[in-house]
Amino acid sequence: MDFMVFQYPMISVQACLDGILLGILFALIAYGMALQWGVMNIINIAQGDLVILGGYIAYFMYLYGIHPAWGVIVAPIIMYFVGVGLYKLVINKVVDRDLFISILATFGISILFMQLMNFAFGADVVLANSGYGTTFLFDSAVVLPNSKIFSAFISILFAICLVIYMKKSKLGRAIRATAQNARAAKILGVDTEKVYAATFGINAALCGVAGALISITFTIHPYMGLPYTIRSFMIVIVAGLGNLPGVALSGMGLGVFEEFADYILGTEFRIGAVFLLLVLILVYRRFKLSRKREYLK
Amino acid sequence: MNKNLILYVAILFFGITAPFIFPAFKVQLSILCILIVLALTWNIQGGEMGYNTFGNILFYGLGMYLCASVQVGMFFPLAEWTESGGEKTFVHTPAQFFQGMAVGLVVAAVIPTIVAGLIGYAILGLRGHYFAICTLGLGVAAGEISGGIEIIGAGQGFTTPPFPDVGGLESRGEFFYFLSFGVLVLTFIAVRAIYSTRFKLILNAIRDNEDKAEAMGIQTMKYKIIGWMISAFFCGLAGGIMGGLVGYIDSTDVAFDGREMGVFMVLMAILGGKGTLWGPVIGATVFHIFKEGFWTFFLGWQYVALGVLIVVIVIYFPEGIMGWLREKFPERFGETIDEKDRKAQVELK
Repeated sequence: MDFMVFQYPMISVQACLDGILLGILFALIAYGMALQWGVMNIINIAQGDLVILGGYIAYFMYLYGIHPAWGVIVAPIIMYFVGVGLYKLVINKVVDRDLFISILATFGISILFMQLMNFAFGADVVLANSGYGTTFLFDSAVVLPNSKIFSAFISILFAICLVIYMKKSKLGRAIRATAQNARAAKILGVDTEKVYAATFGINAALCGVAGALISITFTIHPYMGLPYTIRSFMIVIVAGLGNLPGVALSGMGLGVFEEFADYILGTEFRIGAVFLLLVLILVYRRFKLSRKREYLK
Repeated sequence: MNKNLILYVAILFFGITAPFIFPAFKVQLSILCILIVLALTWNIQGGEMGYNTFGNILFYGLGMYLCASVQVGMFFPLAEWTESGGEKTFVHTPAQFFQGMAVGLVVAAVIPTIVAGLIGYAILGLRGHYFAICTLGLGVAAGEISGGIEIIGAGQGFTTPPFPDVGGLESRGEFFYFLSFGVLVLTFIAVRAIYSTRFKLILNAIRDNEDKAEAMGIQTMKYKIIGWMISAFFCGLAGGIMGGLVGYIDSTDVAFDGREMGVFMVLMAILGGKGTLWGPVIGATVFHIFKEGFWTFFLGWQYVALGVLIVVIVIYFPEGIMGWLREKFPERFGETIDEKDRKAQVELK
């Protein structure tokens, strides 16, 4: 336990800013989670592993001498096809079934991805150095790497583009119609199978963007996927499906929480704190709802 | 009934003689017993109650740590035992080892049961996938947190007391085999007894429609908690034995190993057929044989194989072996098919 963070206010400012920048990234991943949950009614445990895969694409570009920031363009394109392929192979068989089937099946995919990435890229913790330097605020009391600011900016940009795309384009409208009522959409001539494939592809592409940004700002490792899944699940259940400002806000809240947990409890308990927070949120909501004799649906 | 009795006696006979028939596979057979126990207890939640949990690993890991801690802590200072580096100068005498093991197993069974009651009260009100994800989070959180606690070895793990030098080289394997086989028999008898009472019907009612079960006046919460506590009791015991058998406890790779043991128990129960008494037993046996084959011949690729196996079983084989048998030979399961229906079916074919 370390309470330095309360004695020196600048550390709190640092933690808050770090947390907010980190939280914007989480919100981007959570948006993908909310999209597929809302449209296809599946929970994708492999979400975090798609993120890490996107990170490795950027890292590889870095290894071959291309600036990793281009990964933000390349990773979503590759990941879109990975997502569509995954949908065609596995996900289309779990869409209409029990949610637990989708959880377990994607858990299998997650284990598979973890191990394949471990073979392909090795078990080292890596990061793609963007060389963006750092910004100093408040007489150098707060240090912000420019890469974090860059990643937050790109995340917001992608989120805005996606929202506009969902509102205006034909496919976006088809996706929203399927989310509202898949059967009615089918009757009205929407090819739901195609919509599902596109939704999963878009989700994977979002994960790819987030992963590329994470490989620039933080570190990636083949086994680091599950915490990202849990974070995005947590953000979605706090914000609710289809509530975009809520997703952004709770993402930032989670980021700030994590930074403070990191300072106060120590880095070794960081992931543990995230998972415990999930349990606490669920327990809190369960007791709150059970007073009205309801439960989380 | 008579036929069943012969079957049980044959299995019991095989179980007792197995370590002498296959002396080279004693450790594997012990692990098989533990796996069957875990699958049987998972089935109480996942199969009968309809609460798909990833959290039974919590009790398994807790039992493992508790048993080893008690076994060491009864005779030596625990902190010095788990301290890294330096030669371990503490040696358990045979009497100390067995006493410690006995007390440790009791603690390893009782405390997880209590923990299950408390946690169950908090989270068993969640339903469906929320419960599944919540228990998944609990398991991972337990692993991460126990990996940061110094007194139980933190990141570098916890070496359990070595087996004392009694009765020759073979005695260690035999001791652990009979211990785990004993727990297996105990679990099977307990689960079978539970399944023959009204308790099972209540669990099934919860699975089929919890709201209606509640409307019928069943205190569903109470029965859900009791069901989870029963699972936790045997999971804790299994964990305690497994800790001694492996000889080394690591927080995320051995004890709270959600990626392996936590998924295995779900997979075994589904492979065998959930919601049946014999399904988990058959599933665990088949799975263990497959797993050992994979682990031996595809070393390094085992997780890839595991991932593919999960996807294939879940998508193409969700009814499991027992479900398949039931469809194939309905008469064996006490289902009578009307002659007229049978004729209609034959005509359809």
